[in-house]
Amino acid sequence: MKRRSLLTAAAATLATPSLLTRAHAATAVGVTATEIKIGHIVAYSGPASAYGAIGRGHVAFWKMINDQGGINGRKINFITLDDGYAPPKTVEQARRLVEQDEVAFLFNPLGTPNNSAIQKYMNSKKVPQLFVATGAEKWGDYQHFPWTMGWQPSYQTEAQIYAKYILKNKPDAKIALLYQNDDFGKDYLAGLKVGLGAQFDKMVIKIVSFEVTDATIDSQAVTLKDSGADTLVTAATPKFAAQMIRKVADIGWKPLHFLTHVSASVGAVINPAGPERAVGIITSQYAKDPTDPTWADDKGMNEWRAYMKAHMPDSDVADSGYVFSYGVCHTMLQVLKQCGNDLSRENIMHQAASLKDLAIPTLLPGVLINTSATNFHPIRSMKLSKWDGKTWSLFGDVITG
Amino acid sequence: MPRIAIILGCIALAVLPLLGASGYQLFQLTLVVTYAVAILGLNLVTGYNGQVSLGHGAFYAVGAYTTAILMDKFAVPYWATLPVAAVICAVFGFLIGLPALRLGGLYLALTTFALSVAVPQLLKYKLFDDYTGGVQGIVIDKPDAPFGLALNSDQWVYLFTLAVGIVCFVLIANLVKGRIGRAMIAIRDQPLAAEAMGIDIAMLKTYTFAVSAMITGIAGSLGAVAVQFVAPDAFGAPLSLTFFVGFVVGGGASIVGPIFGAIFVEFIPNIADQISKAAPGAVYGVLLIALMFVAPGGCASIVRKLAARMPWNRKTT
Repeated sequence: MKRRSLLTAAAATLATPSLLTRAHAATAVGVTATEIKIGHIVAYSGPASAYGAIGRGHVAFWKMINDQGGINGRKINFITLDDGYAPPKTVEQARRLVEQDEVAFLFNPLGTPNNSAIQKYMNSKKVPQLFVATGAEKWGDYQHFPWTMGWQPSYQTEAQIYAKYILKNKPDAKIALLYQNDDFGKDYLAGLKVGLGAQFDKMVIKIVSFEVTDATIDSQAVTLKDSGADTLVTAATPKFAAQMIRKVADIGWKPLHFLTHVSASVGAVINPAGPERAVGIITSQYAKDPTDPTWADDKGMNEWRAYMKAHMPDSDVADSGYVFSYGVCHTMLQVLKQCGNDLSRENIMHQAASLKDLAIPTLLPGVLINTSATNFHPIRSMKLSKWDGKTWSLFGDVITG
Repeated sequence: MPRIAIILGCIALAVLPLLGASGYQLFQLTLVVTYAVAILGLNLVTGYNGQVSLGHGAFYAVGAYTTAILMDKFAVPYWATLPVAAVICAVFGFLIGLPALRLGGLYLALTTFALSVAVPQLLKYKLFDDYTGGVQGIVIDKPDAPFGLALNSDQWVYLFTLAVGIVCFVLIANLVKGRIGRAMIAIRDQPLAAEAMGIDIAMLKTYTFAVSAMITGIAGSLGAVAVQFVAPDAFGAPLSLTFFVGFVVGGGASIVGPIFGAIFVEFIPNIADQISKAAPGAVYGVLLIALMFVAPGGCASIVRKLAARMPWNRKTT
């Protein structure tokens, strides 16, 4: 009797550690049998509060998923917080979500300085910082920051796409580059270098930069024209992009003009510069424009419009923030479905890096999401579009940077 | 005697969170202390000396960047960056103060506001790019507790910030109670009379501005250590306005006021965010107006009223 109980005890002791580890794997942080807790940070107040639309879109999306029964029987508990676009506040909110609310991961926090402020923290805590809402190249640095991943095409990818188009369609181009002297502009310079490769030194005949503090870029425009270039790449934020379009037209220069999609806004750039001056300018897109009549009967956009009508009836359907939100939420949904019942942080990150040819209703046809252990840039393809005097019209094939 | 007891009680209360608070809560409290010190600096120049500054975010930024650059580029330990930041901010404040203080009242407010608008762009300027890290800013390491103390880094940073904060508060409390403090207040209330009494108004105003910039710069330095990140966009005009709100809410010309102001600016935005995602700014505004109705002289005025009713104060008056 004594021996038997001793044996049982020994067996129990031996069995316990394996039981414990199994139980541990099943109860991942922020996940229960009925719930997945997701954290999100965006600027609902402050200078960038227009992006708050993205946050409200996310809330509506996950509510819809919950109304449909959740994912594998688990409802989404979506906690979204305001940082007012101030990096110190982002740190505070991220710590709250990770340490107090104990979310499984952070989804789509917005802003380059804001994500920079928490990147080190998230990686040291080994909490996924997934699909961040910023276009900088550095969000694909899987070697140094294996817990951080971007989503939208990076500025560098975009520049590579222009380079590919130039190499194919205008191999004898003499290229002039105007770039904003900050990380945004430098990403374009780097992208052109990668995209043109050995041809870079030969093809790019003039590079001029400007400061965001400059009053005008008129002299840069003249310098670039005088170089004899026939192709112009403008990597500038909206105010300077508008100035450049106006000046190039006014000095009678007619280059093949590529404009970063950051500055493709009709209201903020094209109209102030004069729609007739911008004719022929080429930019790129990866998502469907909700105001573009091309998508009036599109299946994906009809799905989005039905969703907006049912879940956000009072919101402005012309706001591209809602299109962005729907697309990035769909990507996240796919990751969570792929996770199955293993919702540990490791597996969430692993599945985020295992997306294969994922089509999203709001992305352009042919723009597919692909990730791998060595590719943390989910969207690398874009389509070019040309300003015809009234709207941007897409042309050509999808190009992958 | 009860006064010292109250102060010691408050310090004990401030150390208490070390025992139970989570890392996240300690981080919030660290920010409260940091903002309290920053607002203390603003209170000195605006509350006691009557010079309206809407640009103290600039001094906060200089303090924060001094610490970040010294830690990141020159491997200076975090504690050693504080005195450097203090001196740089004092000199910076003095130089800004020299011309700025010749402009009175609203014009000074505008001049300092221009400073706070300019600072983020200056920090991005390419000449300093190698040091400031441009728009990307600088990420710095979090300090661990020294001497093998059994504290985690959140606890240690809170304790360190609190200790520096207490030193700043004691220094300023002594300063305003003495001869110089009385001169500052005299300049604010009756500049003509003050001049007649032989006070060098321009010089004293400039010195006050320098000390004020120094205190706010120390706060910036503490803030950088706590947040572990500096970037130009964190130090724009909204930050200066935040300090100003904290100053008014806390109550002008008060030593305890900045503490309440800091608690307000740290926690009320979170509450506003909880109430409404659609318009947290509007909720914040309503709460601010409501508070101004309840406590017209700032939180410090309520404290003063309560203190006057305490038995030991009643006996003496």
